[in-house]
Amino acid sequence: MLKLSKYVLYDIVRNKVILAYTIFLFIISFTLFNMEDNSSKAILSLLNIILIVVPLISMIFTTIHYYNSYEFIELMLSQPMSRKKILLSEYGGIGLSLVSSFLIGVGIPVLLFSPDSVGFSLLFTGVSLTLVFTSLAFLTSVKSRDKARGIGFALLLWFYFALIYDGLILMILFTFSDYPLEKATLVLSALNPIDLGRISIMLKMDVSALMGYTGALYKDFFGSATGILFTTGIMFFWIVAPLWWALRVFKKKDL
Amino acid sequence: MIRIEHINKKFKKLIALDDINAVFEKGQVISLIGPNGSGKTTLIKSILGMVKADKGKIFFNNELINGDPSYRSQIGYMPQIGRYPDNMKVGQLFKMLKNIRNVPAEKIDEELVEKFKLREIFNKPMRTLSGGTRQKVSAALAFLFDPDVLILDEPTAGLDPLSSEILKEKILKEKSKNKLILITSHILSDLDELTTHIMYLQEGKLLFFKEMDQLKEETGELKLGKAIARIMKGEKFNSEWIDKMFEVQGENKVY
Repeated sequence: MLKLSKYVLYDIVRNKVILAYTIFLFIISFTLFNMEDNSSKAILSLLNIILIVVPLISMIFTTIHYYNSYEFIELMLSQPMSRKKILLSEYGGIGLSLVSSFLIGVGIPVLLFSPDSVGFSLLFTGVSLTLVFTSLAFLTSVKSRDKARGIGFALLLWFYFALIYDGLILMILFTFSDYPLEKATLVLSALNPIDLGRISIMLKMDVSALMGYTGALYKDFFGSATGILFTTGIMFFWIVAPLWWALRVFKKKDL
Repeated sequence: MIRIEHINKKFKKLIALDDINAVFEKGQVISLIGPNGSGKTTLIKSILGMVKADKGKIFFNNELINGDPSYRSQIGYMPQIGRYPDNMKVGQLFKMLKNIRNVPAEKIDEELVEKFKLREIFNKPMRTLSGGTRQKVSAALAFLFDPDVLILDEPTAGLDPLSSEILKEKILKEKSKNKLILITSHILSDLDELTTHIMYLQEGKLLFFKEMDQLKEETGELKLGKAIARIMKGEKFNSEWIDKMFEVQGENKVY
C-alpha cells in the first residue's frame, strides 16, 4: 500500500497545483501576521480564510485528481491489488500532500508568530478539515462516474457546509429564540465540521467574552477535557465515515 | 482452471451477460467471438473482477474469486483500449508494475519489450504515444510477468502487420508452454492459427462453445471465418454481422 501511495504522491508533487496552494497559504498567513500587531487578531483573520479555502481546495483538488487517475486505478485493478488498498492508497497520497502543504503554508508562520494553544488548535482544525473534505470528495467522486457531475456535487457540498448551513442555523435560532438553545446548538455544530472547527478555536480566544452567556457555556464545555475529546472524536468521525462509505461503494462498482 | 457458473450481468436495462457457463483448462486457446456489444469484454472483466456480476460464480483454480485479489498475479491482461496515467513515462510504467508485483527477475519476460523496440521510447510520456504504440505497451505488460493465464482483448486491433505477426508468434510460443489463453477478436483470420476452442456470444447469451476441430468437421470448412459463417447462416441469426465480416476480409486481400 505504501508503494502505491508513493506513486500517487509522486504524481501529485509533479503537478504544480499543490505547490501553488502551499505558497498561497504561506503568503496569506505571513502577510496577516505581519499586518496585525496583535497575533490573536491575525489568527482570527487567518481562521476565516482557512475555513473557506481549505475545504474548497481539498474538495476540488481531490475530485479532479480522482478523475484524472481513473486510468491508474483501472490499471491497478488488473493487478493483484484489492480495491480497498487502491482507494486507501489514493486517499493516503492525496491526504498526505494536502496536509503537508497546509502544515508548511500555515504551520510555519503560526509556529513563528503565535506558538500557543490557539495557534495549535488552528493547525489541528486545518488538518482535520483537509482530511474531512478529502474524504467527502472521495465519496462524491466514487458515486458519480461523470466528471462534471462529480465536481458539481463536490462544490454543492462545499456550499452547503461553508455557507448554507450557517444560514439554516441562524434561521433555527431566530425561529426558536424563545427557547433555551445552548445544548441544541452544540449538537448542530457537530453536524458541520467547519462550524465545529470555528467554535472550538473562537472559544480559545478572548473574543468569546463577547458572546455572553452562550459563550460562557461553550467555553466551559469546549475548554474541558470532554470538550476536546468531543471535538477530536467528531472530527475523526467526519474523516472516517465518508471514507468508509466511499470504500463500500467502490468495492461494488463496475470499472 | 477457470470455471464460470451461471453468470448474469445487467447494465441498467441492457442484459450484458445472460446465464453464462463455461470451463477453461490449461493449454487451451479460447477465442471469444461475437458481434459488438455481445458481452465479450464484460465476461473478461468479470473474470478479472473489474465488473461485479449480479448473479453466479467464477472460480479460479477451484477458488471462488471474491475479494481476494491474489489470483490476479497469475493473469496477464491486455485491455481493448489501454488507458495509462498520462504523465507517466513508458519506462516508469514498467518499473512501477515490476515494483508493485515484486516478481523475481528471472520470472520477468521482456521478449515483447525487445521485439517491439519499446526501450527506445522509455522516456516518452504515455500521453504522446499513438494508439498502436499503446497497444504494444499493453501487450508487453500482459506478457511481462510470465502469467499462467493470458487474457487478450482485441490484441491485434490497431497493430501494424509486422507487430501483429510478432504478437501472434508470441501467443503461439506461450500456447506451447501449456498456458490458458483467452482472446477476443473480430479478425477471424488472426485466430485461425492460434485457437483450439471457439466460444460464441450473442446478446449476452452463450450460443456455442466448441473445439475448433469439431467445428471444422461439422461445417466442412477449413477456415474459421467460413465455418462460423456457415453455422450462423444455417441458424439464420444475425447474418448482417457475417456480411460485414466478409467485407473486411475482402479489403484485406486487396490491401
